[in-house]
Amino acid sequence: MIKVEWFYWLVGAVFLAMAAQMAVDRSNPKRLGSAAFWGLLGGCFLYSTWVVRKQVPAEPLGVAVLAMVCLAGFGQTGRGTPRTTTAEQRTALAARLRGKLFIPALTIPLVAVVCASALKHWKVGGEPVLEPGSETVLGLGFGAIAGLAVAMFVVRERNAAVPLHAGRGLLESMGWALLLPQLLAVLGSIFQVAGVGTQVGKITEQLLPDGQKYVAVAVYCVGMALFTTIMGNAFAAFPVMTAAIGWPVLIQQMHGEPAVVLAVGMLAGFCGTLVTPMAANFNLVPAALLELKDQYGPIKAQIPTAGALLACNIVIISLFAF
Amino acid sequence: MIVLLGVLVVILGFATRRNPLLVVGVAGIVTGLLGKLSPREVLAAFGDGFASSRSVTIFVITLPVIGLLERNGLQEQARILIGRLGKLTTGRFLALYLGLRQLTAAVGLTSIGGPAQSVRPMVAPMAEGAAERRHGPLPERARERVRSYASSADTVGLFFGEDCFLAIGSILLITGFVNTTYHTHLEPLQLALWAIPTAVCAFLIHGARLLRLDRTLERDLATAASRADRAGDRTPEDVK
Repeated sequence: MIKVEWFYWLVGAVFLAMAAQMAVDRSNPKRLGSAAFWGLLGGCFLYSTWVVRKQVPAEPLGVAVLAMVCLAGFGQTGRGTPRTTTAEQRTALAARLRGKLFIPALTIPLVAVVCASALKHWKVGGEPVLEPGSETVLGLGFGAIAGLAVAMFVVRERNAAVPLHAGRGLLESMGWALLLPQLLAVLGSIFQVAGVGTQVGKITEQLLPDGQKYVAVAVYCVGMALFTTIMGNAFAAFPVMTAAIGWPVLIQQMHGEPAVVLAVGMLAGFCGTLVTPMAANFNLVPAALLELKDQYGPIKAQIPTAGALLACNIVIISLFAF
Repeated sequence: MIVLLGVLVVILGFATRRNPLLVVGVAGIVTGLLGKLSPREVLAAFGDGFASSRSVTIFVITLPVIGLLERNGLQEQARILIGRLGKLTTGRFLALYLGLRQLTAAVGLTSIGGPAQSVRPMVAPMAEGAAERRHGPLPERARERVRSYASSADTVGLFFGEDCFLAIGSILLITGFVNTTYHTHLEPLQLALWAIPTAVCAFLIHGARLLRLDRTLERDLATAASRADRAGDRTPEDVK
């Protein structure tokens, strides 16, 4: 059986290899901090295997996570000058490779979906080939490996260090933001352990009379959008609103289908992102890049769409979740 | 009740634009301690939470592929494809771009568009060019409107396309959060499928608004032109 932990080791190894590249990259003014951050992340991926199996204590892992938070939170990470091709070279390469450039990129989701659906029930000698419950995650891993092989063939690249360097360039440009979703998941679990969900659940129960299914759906969606507007980030709103209403009320009390409630709930949050100046990178940066006099121009163009889509999301959950 | 202070830390931290990692880290520690966990237990909660939410971060495995394709001209090729749409009206061009942006984001190609990658160099100039072909030079208000709509087509397309891809951060955050917190089992693929209805609504709603932009421009430019005609009859002093 192919285990999901093997794939996590591969991801951890990729982080460690990229950290090693960063440590010797003299174009990065904060190379040691960056290398420490991504190296720690890679190490945590490996150590976690035994934490999940409960064979080692989890506290050292917690210390490492907080160390990463401090490294990034106090600005100790940076980026180097990416080693890449020039604009002229890229134009020439695009003219030669043309549509073939899209094939490797399409390979990734194709393989992932095949693994998650068709290969899910594939058994050899009575044992499933892919670890049950992790088919999608494993599929993404196989998709990425297949995509890399196809890409190296298509662009006739033989040196495996080249894609690793190219990927590191993207990793550095994303920076510490890459760790944020995982940290928010951690925050959600701490909220749960500390009883935040039950507290907010109690308040909501008092506010929401029993059985008002559609009111609860509307409160969840509008709450996601509002929280997102304040915080500028649907990812941050999601753990709070889901612990408050999404999970305890919509899913547990009213037996809503979790996949519908949560997927569409997140999209309700995105409606908030469309209208908030807090989401500067999506709404204010384009206005600056396009040299607009009215820096709220994009937001004004998006407000009616956001309102209509929020209503659509409420209807979609109401129709399909129950 | 007092554990709710942790939520307040998150809201205040994000609203005052502190570093988000610090905000979330501090909120976790505060909530844990207020919830009567010992410092050791707080550390263990961070560790356990990290270990069981690793699936959120695995899309990193696709970065070498995307990076390799980008250094071989992926974005340039995407621009060439968009360039072929050049003969359309402003609204039709932007509606098609919206659809293309949704489709490419839905297969994980989120970085081939974006305000810096495509809107400024390609989409906004082409949308403006299409308007100028029909109406002549644009007054400033119309130009601002076209550029704002170009930016909105990109953002809406990205937001309501990317969630149909199963390895995007938001989908993996949902599975990571729910599977870690409630010890259940959600598959990313189920969530990605349920993002499709909203994606279709987004295309219909925003697409219709983009198509209507053609008519709005026509009306605005007609009134602006007639005002300019009337202004032309007067002496310059009157126009001030």
